[in-house]
Amino acid sequence: MGTGTGIGRVRGLGSAKHGAHHWLAQRYTAVGNLLLTLWLLFSLLSLPGLDYESVVSWISNPLVAVPLMLMVVSIFMHLRIGMQVMLEDYVHDKGLAFFSMLVLNFYAFGGAAAGIFAIAKIAFIGVVKP
Amino acid sequence: MARSTSRPLSPHLTIWKWGPAMAVSIMHRVTGNGLATAGALGLIWWLMAAATGPEAYATFVKCATSPIGYLVMIGLSWFFFQHLFSGLRHFVLDMGAGYELKNNKMWSIATFILSLLTTGFVWLTIFGKAL
Repeated sequence: MGTGTGIGRVRGLGSAKHGAHHWLAQRYTAVGNLLLTLWLLFSLLSLPGLDYESVVSWISNPLVAVPLMLMVVSIFMHLRIGMQVMLEDYVHDKGLAFFSMLVLNFYAFGGAAAGIFAIAKIAFIGVVKP
Repeated sequence: MARSTSRPLSPHLTIWKWGPAMAVSIMHRVTGNGLATAGALGLIWWLMAAATGPEAYATFVKCATSPIGYLVMIGLSWFFFQHLFSGLRHFVLDMGAGYELKNNKMWSIATFILSLLTTGFVWLTIFGKAL
């Protein structure tokens, strides 16, 4: 196989020395998701209530806000790779494949940014009185 | 993809005999993509509602605790545990273990049983607390 031609590398067809990158990143983020989502689940189940004040005052604790942000990053990295694999399998048209990757990346980065922003706002401002 | 219609297709989903390993693999993809779309959007909605204020949060809670909301949340929680347990199965398979036919079948079935049990347990805890 060799290392591919220059143009092959540019098009992502030849060896770019990143063959296992997605595979490994999917496992790293899977471990992150496993730990952080279970932490979120147990935390939510042990909160006194899931009303606005209980949830917001819980999230505004730095020891909650930071892992919650990490969870959002881990989840969106993981779903970006996972959905990419699914789209690569089912979307065969070159143009549509490009478009679906574009939408997926917008979704993954946009979703992660929205989540991090929301957590940061709660952490910095706390409970908003109506 | 262009393909020659004069050539036979390789056997596909319609012809394979269904087995637990095949089901768990397909479900891993289905649950993963379900969580990646509905699950992740729900999470962001919850966080954004909490960040916006009491009214936005009340709207979220109203939707989430409607009959359809509960159906979606229970479904997503089952998807979550199914993906979690088949993900753990993946880690074992990645290490090169668990390929013996009997073991493979047993752990495939176990992921379904464990995901249903944990989903049931979580919702019994939630509804039990509400009573």
